[in-house]
Amino acid sequence: MGLRVLAVDDEADFIETLVKRFTYRQIPVTAAGNGPDALALLERESFDVVILDMRMPGMDGLAVLQEIKKRHPLVEVIILTGHASVESGMQGMSLGAYDYVLKPVDFGELLEKAKKAYERKKLNESRADA
Amino acid sequence: MIQDELSRLRLKLIAVTLAFSFIPLLSLGLGLYAKFYDTYTEKIYGNLRNLADNKKVTIDLFLTERVAQLSNLALTESYADLSGDAYLERIFGVLQLHSKSFLDLQVIDQNGICVSYVGPYQLRGIDYSHEDWFRTVMAKGIHISDVFMGFRKYPHFNIAVSRREGDRTWVLRAAIDSDIFDSLVRTIQLGKSGDAFLLNAQHVLQTKPRFGHDMFDTVPFPDIPRFSGTRVDELSIGGEVSLYAMTWLNLKDWLLVIKDDPGEELLPLYRARWLLILLLCGGGTLIVIGAVFIANGTVRELIRAEREKATLDASLTQSSKMAALGKLAAGVAHEVNNPLAIIMEKAGWMRDLLSEEDIKASPNFQEFADAVAKIEFHVRRAKDVTHRLLGFARRMEPTQENLDVNLLLEQTRSFLENEANFRGIAFVRDYQADLPHIESDASQLQQVFLNILDNAIDAIDKNGSITIVTRKLPDTPEVEIAITDTGNGIPRETLEKIFDPFFTTKKVGEGTGLGLTISYSIIEKLGGRIKVASEEGKGTTFRITLPVSS
Ligand SMILES: Nc1ncnc2c1ncn2[C@@H]1O[C@H](COP(=O)(O)OP(=O)(O)OP(=O)(O)O)[C@@H](O)[C@H]1O
Ligand SMILES: [Mg+2]
Repeated sequence: MGLRVLAVDDEADFIETLVKRFTYRQIPVTAAGNGPDALALLERESFDVVILDMRMPGMDGLAVLQEIKKRHPLVEVIILTGHASVESGMQGMSLGAYDYVLKPVDFGELLEKAKKAYERKKLNESRADA
Repeated sequence: MIQDELSRLRLKLIAVTLAFSFIPLLSLGLGLYAKFYDTYTEKIYGNLRNLADNKKVTIDLFLTERVAQLSNLALTESYADLSGDAYLERIFGVLQLHSKSFLDLQVIDQNGICVSYVGPYQLRGIDYSHEDWFRTVMAKGIHISDVFMGFRKYPHFNIAVSRREGDRTWVLRAAIDSDIFDSLVRTIQLGKSGDAFLLNAQHVLQTKPRFGHDMFDTVPFPDIPRFSGTRVDELSIGGEVSLYAMTWLNLKDWLLVIKDDPGEELLPLYRARWLLILLLCGGGTLIVIGAVFIANGTVRELIRAEREKATLDASLTQSSKMAALGKLAAGVAHEVNNPLAIIMEKAGWMRDLLSEEDIKASPNFQEFADAVAKIEFHVRRAKDVTHRLLGFARRMEPTQENLDVNLLLEQTRSFLENEANFRGIAFVRDYQADLPHIESDASQLQQVFLNILDNAIDAIDKNGSITIVTRKLPDTPEVEIAITDTGNGIPRETLEKIFDPFFTTKKVGEGTGLGLTISYSIIEKLGGRIKVASEEGKGTTFRITLPVSS
């Protein structure tokens, strides 16, 4: 079973293109337009990696991240931030995110990080099983 | 504007200082002089008055004695006795025993005929009845004449007294040598041009003065009405101003005049006046110099303070400008990043699709591919700007680590080693070996060093050197990092703009113009300073000063 991605961002154009590009590479991807939707989706289906935008109206990225880590500790999260500050990324990572990517995103880099995150998840799962 | 105000202030300071110094100085000087003048002239006038008083008493005494002698004679001797020449001669002998100044003696009857005479001439039988003096002496009992020459050709005067004896009146008259007056007035101790003389009521000289006139000359003297006592006045006679002490004799309407040269007498006073003027001028000059000195000093201080304030203001504006700009930039950058992200993804998606077989066959395939590449290139360019802006606006508190500036510089330099080698640029390192470690933020400092070294390499372009010097400053707990390049330098007129955001002379896509802006704000946040000195065509030096501990 391969990498399954959940992309969360309030920018519809952005998320739509992201979905197209993952799909083009035969990676199953689901889009969510806000935090609560993402959390609902995570309840219903299982995902390996969540790509999560930090700034969203309503529930913001950090809150969603905390919620995900609480409910699905094994799911890896990659933070997307328009704030080119290292510290907001660091803050996310200290809350359990796998890594962060600055907007505008280099898709190759994002894909790379998603794959690595998936590998780590697999590793963590095998450890948990053992 | 401010220059005008300062020069006006300077003048005002000078004026006030001068006023407050000159008024006391002048009043003191003039007051002392006036006091001195009064006392001194008082003394001179007093001396002259005394002199005149004394002489007057002596002359009066002389006249009184002569009159008394004649009166006594007239009272004690009878007409019958005296009208005999032999008896008169004996009496004259007695008179001369008392006073050598008697020249002759005669007895005149009531008809004015000389009845007896003792003396060098033959006067018996002469008729005096029509003479003025005869009428006066008959009426008043005494007459003293003015001095005259007479046939004696010798200055003398007459005293005549009358006596009533029974029913007739007779007159005793003596001629008296007036030499005595000359010697009396001449003995007065006077200065070089001083003089003393007797004047009758018609201003005719009765004695011979030392200068100018002869006896019996009429002196152009103002009419002095009779007064008692002695007066001292400054009079201008014949165009010459002198001090005159004047007093009328008691027995005769003769004016005793003592003249004194004020120049001579007042010489010490003039000296004092010159001394005073000299002192005032000297003091005045000193005061003026002092006032100008003080005013200039004050104004200079003011200008210095003004300048300091201006630089402080400038740096305050600069930092508040930076802070405001930072906030604005962060907001804009963040908002721009989202659309950039979408453009980037869309372009990426197009690139994905371009790898499809059918599109590859399209005659415009290359055009599409180029367009996508260009879009991606320019999005990256925009991203550089927004990311730098965000980095600049980061309000993160700088960390405090103990760091070795030399080591940090060395690390940063090593990032650029390859690029520099490639362009023929040598690094000259002059690190102070025992440079104290400083408390600062390593990653932010590294960003600054990287910016400045980057700029230096760009400025040199090819072949040159970059000198890095570190020093502990001798007077303050600070270290200085100087980075000097042999690049093209910065023209004077752009020197002050290089720290402005977006100021760049580099090609589109190569420079954001934010490097130095960010460096400036970082150094400022770390409590240091950054300065630049540059000579066009020769090179540029950036000097960063950092506190050893913050
Ligand atoms: N060492 C130097 N010698 C000559 N000119 C310099 C030097 N350093 C800076 N400048 C001038 O100052 C300008 C602004 O520099 P700054 O570092 O702020 O921006 P930039 O280098 O143009 O852009 P970026 O830093 O984003 O690459 C430069 O474009 C250049 O003209
Ligand atoms: Mg630069």
